[in-house]
Amino acid sequence: MSEPLVQISNLNFTYDRRPVLTGINMTIPRGKVVAIMGQSGCGKTTTLRLIGGQLRPTQGEVRFAGKVVHELGTDGLYASRRRMGMLFQFGALFTDISVFDNVAFQMREHTDLPEAMIRDLVLLKLNAVGLRGAQDLMPSELSGGMARRVALARAIALDPLLMMYDEPFTGLDPITMGIIGQLIRTLNDALGGSSIIVTHDVQESLQIVDYVYFMADGKVVAEGTPDEIRASDKAYVHQFVWGEMDGPVPFQYPSAPYREQIYGAAHA
Amino acid sequence: MLDRAATALRGLGSRVTSRLWRLGFASRFFLATLLYSGPSFRRFFLTVREIYFTGVLSLIIILVSGLFVGMVLGLQGYDTLQRYGSSEALGILVALSLVRELGPVVSALLFASRAGSAITAEIGLMKATEQLSAMEMMAVNPIARVVAPRFWAGVISMPLLAALFSAMGIFGGYLVGVVLIGVDEGSFWSQMQASVDFREDIVNGVIKSAVFGILVSWIAVFEGYDSEPTAEGVSGATTRTVVTSSLVILAADFVLTAFMFRGA
Repeated sequence: MSEPLVQISNLNFTYDRRPVLTGINMTIPRGKVVAIMGQSGCGKTTTLRLIGGQLRPTQGEVRFAGKVVHELGTDGLYASRRRMGMLFQFGALFTDISVFDNVAFQMREHTDLPEAMIRDLVLLKLNAVGLRGAQDLMPSELSGGMARRVALARAIALDPLLMMYDEPFTGLDPITMGIIGQLIRTLNDALGGSSIIVTHDVQESLQIVDYVYFMADGKVVAEGTPDEIRASDKAYVHQFVWGEMDGPVPFQYPSAPYREQIYGAAHA
Repeated sequence: MLDRAATALRGLGSRVTSRLWRLGFASRFFLATLLYSGPSFRRFFLTVREIYFTGVLSLIIILVSGLFVGMVLGLQGYDTLQRYGSSEALGILVALSLVRELGPVVSALLFASRAGSAITAEIGLMKATEQLSAMEMMAVNPIARVVAPRFWAGVISMPLLAALFSAMGIFGGYLVGVVLIGVDEGSFWSQMQASVDFREDIVNGVIKSAVFGILVSWIAVFEGYDSEPTAEGVSGATTRTVVTSSLVILAADFVLTAFMFRGA
């Protein structure tokens, strides 16, 4: 079997002396779509940033295509990033340039392709996300779902080996959510690369992914194929998948005893 | 009692050290901006675009303010000079005050509030909406692509704006002094020509405005890049740009003036 595209081993990350990630191990094989799930603030996005080299691990390492990301120099890191694509939560389109120029941005920055060829490539990418007709619009004229699709076209502009999606389903209606989900799957299979989806949208992502990692408090607490996850009897996974209010993750934010706070300490 | 004093002292210390840290960070940021300035000149259209936004769009406020400042100088100057019977020296007074002081200083203050605040808000919002992060992930350095062109656009625009401010001001002084009040036109211009020295007055004024251009642009891009990526963070950074720039302009003006015009 060929070496996996991304290999995370014993990854630790500390921010302001507070541990954010502890002992993360993950494998992203080539050609697969992998989901990282967990509650807000459990370290999912931090993991993506460590893969992209925007943060440095405190301990452990991330290997991308065989190279340790944090040991690359600036040039090496930028060379690696050209083979990664990232879809940000709200698209992060450049608001001062048009849809067309957004998608063309990387081609113009990194290649010497003639403008005519860039035009063809941009239209191809926009066609793949169904927005060829929107090429002249400005980002402010797009709906949330359209903006995310344009951002997707921009992220795949240079045919990346690895696509990373940061909460791709947040704040979308069910139809758009389904479209984005299908796009993630078909683009992954068409590009022949790998994808990582960071999400807390369980039902949508279980339909399209090959493997799932569950994170809680900066640790991987469960992993498996979608079927294994659905059938899991681990209390945390069960609560998360079925959206139960109380369970291992308590409903109440840590607080003083209820009675004491209502009546004052003297009456408790 | 001792406890409270210790806490107060610690608070003071931490505030001082955090300021120093920030100053150090700003200096490193300045060096990084210079280091990654290559594309701003190799792909000069990036800088030209920003010169349009910072320089050209500031023209209205600079020209109108220059005209009014010059007109006020004309009125006030005439009022004082005619008491000593030397109202023909109005040209000298207007030209020297503008070229040496008011041109560079007032146009820099206006530039800080018109263009500096806009630069800070734009970079801050790009940060808050993850556009800078996205650029980094696309293997494009945001300092080279976003920060440096805006910095150089400010540095290039500032002396030009100051020169236009002074020119408009002199025209305003002429309008009030010569056209309205009736000071002799010949002596207005000839006395100005005879007493304004190119090296002493004009070049020193240009040097001042170039220094202000560097300071204001540096503060504006740094505050934007360093802002908290939230609504309050960006608004706070915008305010800090205007306040810090204004204070720095006035302080630097005193230092530069002390070096340039020692009454020799």
